[in-house]
Amino acid sequence: MSERIEAATEPLLEITDLQVAFRAGKRDIPAVRGANLTVYPGQTVAIVGESGSGKSTTAHAIIDLLPGTGHVTGGTIRFDGRDITHLKRRQREAIRGSQIGLVPQDPMSNLNPLVRVGSQIKEALEANDIAKGNAADKRVVELLEEAGLPDAQARARQFPHEYSGGMRQRALIAMGLAARPKLLIADEPTSALDVTVQQQILDHLDSLTDDLGVAVLLITHDLGLAAERADHLVVMYKGQVVESGPALEILQHPQHPYSQRLIASAPSLASQRLTAQTRAEVRESAVKTAGEIVAEHEGDEFGGEATRIAVEAKELTKVFKLPAGGLGRTIDFTAVDEVSFSLRRGTTTAIVGESGSGKSTVARMVLDLLEPTSGAVEFDGVDISTLRNKKEQLAFRRRVQPVFQNPYASLDPMYSIYRSIEEPLRTHDIGSSKEREATIRDLLDKVSLPSAVMRRFPNELSGGQRQRVAIARALALQPEVIILDEAVSALDVLVQAQILNLLNDLQAELGLSYLFITHDLAVVRQIADEVVVMQKGRAVEQASVVQVFDHPREEYTRKLLDAIPGGSIDLAS
Amino acid sequence: MPEIARPGQERFVAPLAETPLEETGTVDTSAPPEGQWKEAWKQLRSNWIFWVSAVLLLFILIVCLFPGLFTDINPRAADLGRSKEGPQSGHPFGFDAQGYDVYSRVIHGARASVTVGILTTLFVTFVGLLTGALAGFYGKWADMLISRIADVFFAIPLILGAIVLLSALNNVWSGRGYWGGVIAVVLVLAVFGWPQMTRIARGAVLEVKNLEFIDAARAIGSSKWSNLRRHVIPNALAPVIVTATVSLGVYIVAEATLSFLGIGLPTSVVSWGNDIAAAQSEVRSGRNLHVLFFPAGALAITVLSFMLLGDAVRDALDPKAKKS
Repeated sequence: MSERIEAATEPLLEITDLQVAFRAGKRDIPAVRGANLTVYPGQTVAIVGESGSGKSTTAHAIIDLLPGTGHVTGGTIRFDGRDITHLKRRQREAIRGSQIGLVPQDPMSNLNPLVRVGSQIKEALEANDIAKGNAADKRVVELLEEAGLPDAQARARQFPHEYSGGMRQRALIAMGLAARPKLLIADEPTSALDVTVQQQILDHLDSLTDDLGVAVLLITHDLGLAAERADHLVVMYKGQVVESGPALEILQHPQHPYSQRLIASAPSLASQRLTAQTRAEVRESAVKTAGEIVAEHEGDEFGGEATRIAVEAKELTKVFKLPAGGLGRTIDFTAVDEVSFSLRRGTTTAIVGESGSGKSTVARMVLDLLEPTSGAVEFDGVDISTLRNKKEQLAFRRRVQPVFQNPYASLDPMYSIYRSIEEPLRTHDIGSSKEREATIRDLLDKVSLPSAVMRRFPNELSGGQRQRVAIARALALQPEVIILDEAVSALDVLVQAQILNLLNDLQAELGLSYLFITHDLAVVRQIADEVVVMQKGRAVEQASVVQVFDHPREEYTRKLLDAIPGGSIDLAS
Repeated sequence: MPEIARPGQERFVAPLAETPLEETGTVDTSAPPEGQWKEAWKQLRSNWIFWVSAVLLLFILIVCLFPGLFTDINPRAADLGRSKEGPQSGHPFGFDAQGYDVYSRVIHGARASVTVGILTTLFVTFVGLLTGALAGFYGKWADMLISRIADVFFAIPLILGAIVLLSALNNVWSGRGYWGGVIAVVLVLAVFGWPQMTRIARGAVLEVKNLEFIDAARAIGSSKWSNLRRHVIPNALAPVIVTATVSLGVYIVAEATLSFLGIGLPTSVVSWGNDIAAAQSEVRSGRNLHVLFFPAGALAITVLSFMLLGDAVRDALDPKAKKS
């Protein structure tokens, strides 16, 4: 007890008025402007912010790992009672690793693929003079065991590619804690991992740092995760600290408008009752509009009767042939295994699953970009694999359009925004060039972009703006169904919320039906009506959103729900 | 957690005046729009290496097109009486063993060397881009076929292959004249040069073809062929252009090498390679080095200019490959 009080009086890390800038040509571009931050021994403090907020830069300044032209231009960093802001390189290196550990963001690129994992951890031990030779080998196994890797002795001799993403992150945690540092900086330690793995790793990190009494500085974009794991929160925005204080207090009573906005947008924290209500309104309006459109198009060229069900997947199966050792030999890999679901007009069906669950393969089959091995996709009751002539196929293309995940890859960088949106119109020979221009202006207006962006190129737009353009392009042919393949997953929380709102508005206005593919169960509540939970190629649970969230039947669904960071935090009190 | 905040961790809210909120997702419409090419040009423009090489190449190009502007001495007018005379007034580079005016031969020799370089590059780029794009985009047996054929040619060293092929050609097509000689060298160099470009183009196409905008175009209903033409090739062009500019210099050197060995351009063609070959004896004697120095210098400057241009173009089109 007395130790605690003593510890409480002496901060471990104290950052005052930190200024960091990046040199571009002859100018300094500020990245961090006057950040203050205090961490006490054994405490977990989280820095929360969007990309570009300066959260990682702040962390990297502490351990002198600023990339390229970055440098500290002002303020002080005190660690363990001494000013480390302007230490010589050697002195800093002595602190790095031995007193401050780092768990980097991307487990895939932070291990040397050519060196056994054990040897890499051994290197960390030897560099910090913790242990040498045989003693170090023994310590490596202990550390890996401690990090929660079963059969550590054998694992230490394996190469990184033999590890899964979660195991690699465990190895990196073992490395970060190898020298028993007093502070561990965890820079988005689980962002690249599936939610269930993320939860396991964070739980483990929590208990480990508790046992060892290590303080943790957690860098994250996820407010829910930060609030769940940290005692103290620091919210950063455009290089400045806008709000800091006890985690729960900030969550329940955010005072800076930016924090308020962030909390309102976080899908895991958004009030359930409220979203359910707005969602119901959207659906009602969308179903009504969709009904009118169907009535209008009765007996169109597409053949099949317009029905209330827009898309129906019947026992969809996709088997990939993977090369297996010998020449020409293959093994079958069933990516999608007899998945059936239906998408009613004017509603959203979400397909939720972790990486490798086969959800994107389903999307590609529904889009007719990939042929199913067996089973069928029916559009308005017509099996799309029976569309053989060009005219029928084009008619199908017009009615089903995709929006993909990566805003940086889904627009041709050589095409101006105008040409990108015009492409579907040109391909289908719709309108004169003057009419097309009017259509494009109208589409940009629908996705809330100024028509001035027409003449710009994708590299000039932000991720959210590109995603709006991709939505405008998908809308150009006036489709009835839009396949959203992780369409909001790569976006910052605020932008994500905006795009989800936009999608809801468009659905209500145009009577669209969405097939919403996502790994993030949290956003599902804001946009979907029906949920299909996929695991290893199979649909393990299908039900309405309310049912899945309130009464999940399957163990796996429950696990996914529990893993939503911050999902259990009570915001009301 | 502690009810009383510890020093340094009190509740803090930044005054809004100091941390103004910006609207999420606004577009800056003040600056003029910039596509990838325009940006590359901006980058190129600010690179002094580009300007040095561009000025030199412009000058070399004018020399090739209008040699008459620089000299009115006939490069084939031999005056044996003045053999190996050094630089003098009216004849700044002196005379060679045959009594030809070296300055006039350097000026007139530019055309053959540069023509071979440019034509070979055009040829190789066209064939390489086409085969590489087909192999990368269609994959499967098309890739198998094209890649294996390319491997066969790739395994033969450029100069060795060209020597064999050219001496074989000399047996069936002798006395080719100026353009015949140039075209023979171009064809032979292209035969052994295209696989490199095929590999570059294939790699670039493979990288582009799995991007999401290609899927988006397919979902619109564009055919495979129009996808290749409109999206894949334009996006795979940058590395091909970079390789092309760099290899221009390589082909000029290759031509000079072949001519020096006596099997490149016919001796009747005025070219730097032929003149360097003719100056061989002077190297051995160690006297009258001006006969060797001027054609060799012109060759070096030309090749250097093309290489520098290639470097500058690469920095502009492929900033990732930039040497830091």
